[in-house]
Amino acid sequence: MSATLHVKVWRGGADGAFQEFEVPRRESQTVLDVVTHIQRALDPTLAYRYACRVGMCGSCAMTVNGAARWTCRTHVDKVANKGELTIAPLRNLPVIRDLVTDMREFFDKWARAAGQFRGARTRADDFARVSPQSAERVQADAAIECIGCAVCYASCDVLARLPEYLGPAALNRAWTLVNDVRDAAQAERLRAVAGDAGSLSCHTHMSCTERCPKNISPTAGIAGLKRAVARAALAGEL
Amino acid sequence: MSARSETLLWVAQRASAGLLALCVTVHLATILYAVQGGLTGAEILGRTRGNPAWAAFYTMFVLAAAVHAPIGLRTVLAEWFGWRGRARDFALIAFAVVLAGLGLRAVSTVFA
Repeated sequence: MSATLHVKVWRGGADGAFQEFEVPRRESQTVLDVVTHIQRALDPTLAYRYACRVGMCGSCAMTVNGAARWTCRTHVDKVANKGELTIAPLRNLPVIRDLVTDMREFFDKWARAAGQFRGARTRADDFARVSPQSAERVQADAAIECIGCAVCYASCDVLARLPEYLGPAALNRAWTLVNDVRDAAQAERLRAVAGDAGSLSCHTHMSCTERCPKNISPTAGIAGLKRAVARAALAGEL
Repeated sequence: MSARSETLLWVAQRASAGLLALCVTVHLATILYAVQGGLTGAEILGRTRGNPAWAAFYTMFVLAAAVHAPIGLRTVLAEWFGWRGRARDFALIAFAVVLAGLGLRAVSTVFA
């Protein structure tokens, strides 16, 4: 382990440039530790986001040596290339400043994919009983642990070509709700994910699945949505 | 285009892809088998002419290609060149008609 890391960090907006820093190497150091050291010890004007530091909140994702990663759970030993790190903001999102991107479009697409639960019961009704072993619940379980970090969104090659594409995270969310037997807005949701920018635009490159830090497979969920919208279209329910 | 129409186009492309996988396999296997008897125009036409089963098979092949290719091009035009809307769709319908026309003409020449 060399004594220092050579780190290039993106500074400025979309037309910014990389700035170089030397950061002391430490044991069990994460990429977020590196960025935090730069901001606290070398340049307090560096803008970046983080909150929980333990892989729960989904706010610290950045592009590290070319690939989108959650930086708080990414150890430097796993990603540094000959003692060098290049840290940039996430792709496919507008850069506000330095390592901070504008996430509005990312989350707006969750709403556009009808990502809200719409129940039909009232407080007068009994609890819905969903067996943990039911096929729908098992499918939803496989996709439900998303932390909204946008690593999948930044890794998606379709989004680079088709900016209006809803993207893996929003479609994964829709897939969990398609499998929610309590939800009463299924036809509307399938319409939302069937259009020009919806699930059918996925080219199954699987970059989202490859990069998801929670080991979710949005590709599998999107394939499920494709089958669901195809069935609905053939049945005239779309 | 409505969500339902988009989805039906997607289904048509997947279904035609399934047919094409079958057709291409049969086509290649037949070529490998048939060239053993020599590769002259007269030999090929002697085998193909007046055979309604092969004519039907290649008609299906041509129609599957005429459905499959324009739908794929539709996505390529949108994603690579940003071309969407009715003008693109009409151009692709014309392309499908040309593909089907040329293909069916070939089928009628080789198998009639």
